[in-house]
Amino acid sequence: MRTCASAVTKLFAPLNEQCCKHHVSQPALGDSLEANYQILIRPNKAWLTLEWRDLFAYRDLLWQLVLRDFTARFKQTVLGPLWFIINPLITTVVFAVIFGRVMEASPAGIPSLLFFNAGLLAWNYFSGLLSATGNTLHGNVHLFSKVYFPRLIVPIAQVFSNLIGLAVQLFTFGLLVAYVWATDPAFSNLHFGWSLFWIPLLLLHLAILALGCGLLLSAITAKYRDLQNILPFVISSLMFVTPVMWPLATLQAKFPHGYESFMLLNPLISIVEAFRLSLIGVGSFSPGYYAIAVAFSVALLLVGLALFQRTARSFVDQA
Amino acid sequence: MISVRGVSKRYRLGSIGMTSLRDELQRLWRRPVRDNLSAREFWALKDVTFDVEQGEVLGLIGRNGAGKSTLLKVLSRITEPSAGEISLRGRVGSLLEVGTGFHPELSGRDNIFLNGAILGMSQAEIRSKFDAIVDFAEVEKFIDTPVKRYSSGMYVRLAFAVAAHLEPEILILDEVLAVGDQQFQEKCLGKMKEISSSTGRTILFVSHQMAAIRRLCKKCIVMSNGINSEVLGVEDAIHRYASHTGESEYEIDLADFPRVGSAEGRVCKITRVNVTSRNLAYGMPLEIKVSVRCVQPVEQAMIGLGFNMLDGPRILTIDSDVNGNVFNLQRGDHVLNIRLDSLPLHPAYYQCSAAVAFGNHFFDIVDKFATWEVGTSRHDCWSDRGAAGCRLPATVSIA
Repeated sequence: MRTCASAVTKLFAPLNEQCCKHHVSQPALGDSLEANYQILIRPNKAWLTLEWRDLFAYRDLLWQLVLRDFTARFKQTVLGPLWFIINPLITTVVFAVIFGRVMEASPAGIPSLLFFNAGLLAWNYFSGLLSATGNTLHGNVHLFSKVYFPRLIVPIAQVFSNLIGLAVQLFTFGLLVAYVWATDPAFSNLHFGWSLFWIPLLLLHLAILALGCGLLLSAITAKYRDLQNILPFVISSLMFVTPVMWPLATLQAKFPHGYESFMLLNPLISIVEAFRLSLIGVGSFSPGYYAIAVAFSVALLLVGLALFQRTARSFVDQA
Repeated sequence: MISVRGVSKRYRLGSIGMTSLRDELQRLWRRPVRDNLSAREFWALKDVTFDVEQGEVLGLIGRNGAGKSTLLKVLSRITEPSAGEISLRGRVGSLLEVGTGFHPELSGRDNIFLNGAILGMSQAEIRSKFDAIVDFAEVEKFIDTPVKRYSSGMYVRLAFAVAAHLEPEILILDEVLAVGDQQFQEKCLGKMKEISSSTGRTILFVSHQMAAIRRLCKKCIVMSNGINSEVLGVEDAIHRYASHTGESEYEIDLADFPRVGSAEGRVCKITRVNVTSRNLAYGMPLEIKVSVRCVQPVEQAMIGLGFNMLDGPRILTIDSDVNGNVFNLQRGDHVLNIRLDSLPLHPAYYQCSAAVAFGNHFFDIVDKFATWEVGTSRHDCWSDRGAAGCRLPATVSIA
């Protein structure tokens, strides 16, 4: 007989050793034929517990949820996945006209269509993931109150289903690049280099930040339901302080001299700038501020995880 | 297999339902006052302790609010206990609702995979059982249709079929038999019997249908007010459940019973119902005396009794005017005798309603004024065969 208490993962030492037994741990389902494993159910007081084994055992559910998100979203629409392309395309054109032409915020040295689309790629992934995970607990209460599986599976599945959307949007980006090459001789030698390999890492960073933020919000809105109204507001305000619609330099110019770099404390700015730099060679990267962004994102994820896991254990009692 | 030790579950009455941030801030403000916390606590489970051996099918019975569902939720890890410890040896599959996580836009095929994964099956496992599931649900033709176009019967059949093919060592079931038509319920019950008897699986089964409990379980626990009884034999448990819980008296004063709707007995009122046969059992005579009070003469009245499943549909209606049997009542009190030679109800719990009417005009309706159990008949040992409902004799001839 195998007792799974050893599989418990505790990141924070509990205050009281006696009452911190892991809530539960279940071995791989369907994976192993041995019937002799044990599940222990106890009140859990630990600050952060992750059910690694369960998460692994339910990996098929992860895949099914990603599949469900993707199929369900486009089953009823006429154009299907084309919406993934059309949406950012329209936004890009609108940004290019309003901010590029009217407000003349577009930077020199890059076609404004590419500049705005590159920013939107990163931003859409972040905001899509944040709005999908920000209501995980309350939004799935009908499911969570009837069946057990590791609750974390649901937000993690969102990380992947939003990646699918991003992949389709990269296709839009490709279309725009082709359009620029064909129509604008000044940029016919625009090319992409090794810096593209930073993109996956930057996406991982975006995912960590969005997930941390989403888990935190989800835990809070499960308890205080009136706060779910702030989620769209949070997302749109974040967009204004992130260089999606304007180049960083435009805003920094408005800051008092000597204080410009304080803006970079916003981790989203560091990421989006680095993302643009890797993709189209326009942007900035400051190792010091980027390190702060990484530290902030990881810390936020840990806090979000802890609160989410804690709330998830018994939030159905209040729902 | 299952060992439950001192499990308690506390709810704070204040926090059932949603707290808003404002309430919380107010509470923070008033912290020093420490308003009487224990008065606002509610123990849904109190020190529940029992063991279930491997291969045992344990029934869990008790009234609504006795703690059965909370216990199942704690056992299936949907919520955690406030105190105590549970140890489960083996994989756990719990079925508190049929069709959890079905997505209306997805096809039956996709939903089998999705629902199976939610219940804890791996893809390979589902793939190997796919044909059996489709076969059991009888939905071959519609397997690629979105389930939102399914009839409710098909939907429920598919959902149960996925669940029935879950093969954990421990299966936790909550009233899932209450789905589908009678025929499908019968099929489900058969499938569950098969699961429990053939594979040595441990099953925990909650039901209000005593007939289903009798068929599936060998042992039972009676829950009341969050406290569990020791493990009892099925008949002992059902007897205890009936004696100290749900059942109403056989004689009930209805003069002050709250009426719903417009039929509140202004002209002619039902004041008392008395089961004089003293024994409600299948196939036995039923005798009920109904007292009515008329403030003015009533002509061509009829009297009717209705029996509903617990929180369920009407299963039997007994009307005096079926054979044109109407009666005229003078002003004053009357006692009407209702008699059936043979009660056709299967053993189960039923809620009784009564009405006095003239044609379609109701003078008085007392809705679900009593819950009575119809017992097994000693003269007919097959009366437990069905889940609940009416069972009438048929004339059969061999052509």
